[in-house]
Amino acid sequence: MSSKILVVAEHDGAKLNASTLKAVACAAKVPGASIDVAVLAADASAVAQQAAAVTGVAKVVVVENPANQEPLAAVYAPQVAKLATAGGYTHVFGPSTTFGKDVMPRVAALLGVSQVSDVMAVEGSHVFKRPVYAGNAILTVEVPADAPVVATVRVASFEAAPLGGSAPIEKTSVDVALPGHTRFVSRSGATTGRPDLQAASRVVSGGRALGSADNFKLIYALADKIGAAVGASRAAVDAGYVPNDLQVGQTGKIIAPELYFAIGISGAIQHMTGIKDARTIVAINKDAEAPIFESADIGLVGDLFQIVPELEKALG
Amino acid sequence: MRRIMVGVKRVVDYNVRVRVKPDNTGVITEGVKMSINPFDEIALEEALRIKEKGLADEVVAVSIGPADTQQQLRTALAMGADRAILVQTDANLPPLSVAKVFHGIAQAEQPFLVLLGKQAIDEDNGQTAQMLAALLDRPQAVSCSKVEVTDGKATVTREVDAGLETLEIDLPAVLSVDLRLNEPRYVKLPDIMKAKKKPLDTKNLGDYGVTEGSPFKTVKVEPPPARSKGIMVKDVAELVGVLKQKGLV
Ligand SMILES: Cc1cc2nc3c(=O)[nH]c(=O)nc-3n(C[C@H](O)[C@H](O)[C@H](O)COP(=O)(O)OP(=O)(O)OC[C@H]3O[C@@H](n4cnc5c(N)ncnc54)[C@H](O)[C@@H]3O)c2cc1C
Ligand SMILES: Nc1ncnc2c1ncn2[C@@H]1O[C@H](COP(=O)(O)O)[C@@H](O)[C@H]1O
Repeated sequence: MSSKILVVAEHDGAKLNASTLKAVACAAKVPGASIDVAVLAADASAVAQQAAAVTGVAKVVVVENPANQEPLAAVYAPQVAKLATAGGYTHVFGPSTTFGKDVMPRVAALLGVSQVSDVMAVEGSHVFKRPVYAGNAILTVEVPADAPVVATVRVASFEAAPLGGSAPIEKTSVDVALPGHTRFVSRSGATTGRPDLQAASRVVSGGRALGSADNFKLIYALADKIGAAVGASRAAVDAGYVPNDLQVGQTGKIIAPELYFAIGISGAIQHMTGIKDARTIVAINKDAEAPIFESADIGLVGDLFQIVPELEKALG
Repeated sequence: MRRIMVGVKRVVDYNVRVRVKPDNTGVITEGVKMSINPFDEIALEEALRIKEKGLADEVVAVSIGPADTQQQLRTALAMGADRAILVQTDANLPPLSVAKVFHGIAQAEQPFLVLLGKQAIDEDNGQTAQMLAALLDRPQAVSCSKVEVTDGKATVTREVDAGLETLEIDLPAVLSVDLRLNEPRYVKLPDIMKAKKKPLDTKNLGDYGVTEGSPFKTVKVEPPPARSKGIMVKDVAELVGVLKQKGLV
């Protein structure tokens, strides 16, 4: 049986987000898949080119419309649903990023199906594995073959599809009424010059133990020393030491770096969910009984205020 | 009547370390502490604050779940909800069915705002708010960390991967809330007594034309692969040594 998959591209108008490459990689695991990428944008020229270069992509479907300037779910979803039905797609995939989590369930509802959230493995064209209960259980779910499959892809579970393809780009228009009830106002995000948390191969995270935004400089210094991204526990974000986009965990970012430092983080299940796929977890905590040591590959008991500067120096 | 509808799901308490059943059909819920989904407490708190500012007249807590869900709804009433609706079923509904039931309730209740959690921490679906917004053909704002209601509109700030995003939406709308929106109040003993007298209506799925079945079939539920046991190092020098040896730095 062949599957026709539409992957909804995440981008910022200029650059295709790496999460899209993960979603394509997941789609490529579906037996007999033919994969198209949908780019909705005000001006799609740059992003469509990048999508066309992803290996495994058969075609890039472009919908240009000034209304697509910002990725508003209420505006995107009816267009994606229309593309899906008109194109006879059996599957519609998006990344399980805040973009995909916003848009895809709305697409699913318009197509009359529930969504499969956070696909971590493809077991068949209609059988998927996904984490539930903060990753404490892995569910294998079979979805009906006589309805479209709408899924978000857990990006930490897939290697990005490589570049090197040259798929055709097809501009199209979708005939569907777009609502004006949702208006974009602003987006604030720190461009730190540091590696992106979701893509970085090394991450240094700090927790409540840091005690202040100022003390978090220790974490930044260590991260900069090894070219790592900076992350944080929810407690550190709640306390205002760092912005929300650094939160790692069940309700923050799910990441899969080669090397993860958990510094002054106790290891609550909600935090650990975010780093289950980290290759090597290093924990530094002054409490030898802290739960983080149960999951850490390398543990060091001691005061972070002593250890972290020492470590930074030793790695020089 | 300016009404806010709030979703209150009964879930395994977030402090419980969930275990998979030996026969791989699900997770063990017998004898396990159940609570209001933490995000739903935040949603309810926000609704109460909006009402306390004089911007709403009534807060209705709604839930779909087994008879015991009355406990969580009584807690919601004790927190300050004015009344509650329990759509009673022992079935575990897929998100679209939940959204369809909520759609039915919203059509009857005509709320100007529906506040749900960003995700239920049992199945971590994160779908219901978006689906309900689609069925109602109304605005959605997912993962809200700030909500300001003005006349017929709301300005909402959402937590997104890049940072924060602000939207202006027309009401009615469906919002899902994130952790940093507020800190829910504690329930006081007199409020628990008062809550016993507040109305709690019980309904059936049939009242909303929804059936118990799910097109999704659970093939199996397994524990996650265990991480191999790690090592402890005694100082920074040893740590750096191990990291170098593994080629990690
Ligand atoms: C619905 C829900 C979702 C959640 N989602 C997330 C999420 O996505 N991500 C997340 O991280 N959390 C999440 N949480 C919160 C989680 O349960 C924990 O509360 C949080 O992770 C704790 O953060 P922490 O480890 O920094 O703080 P704590 O638990 O307070 O731990 C601090 C640690 O620092 C150690 N310490 C103190 N001083 C020093 C020192 N000088 N040197 C070395 N070590 C020291 C202590 O021994 C302790 O282990 C969620 C909770 C809920 C209810
Ligand atoms: N059975 C239910 N009863 C009450 N509210 C629910 C139920 N299922 C989902 N919700 C609401 O929808 C939100 C998101 O749930 P979900 O889409 O299942 O992750 C929850 O936080 C609740 O506010």
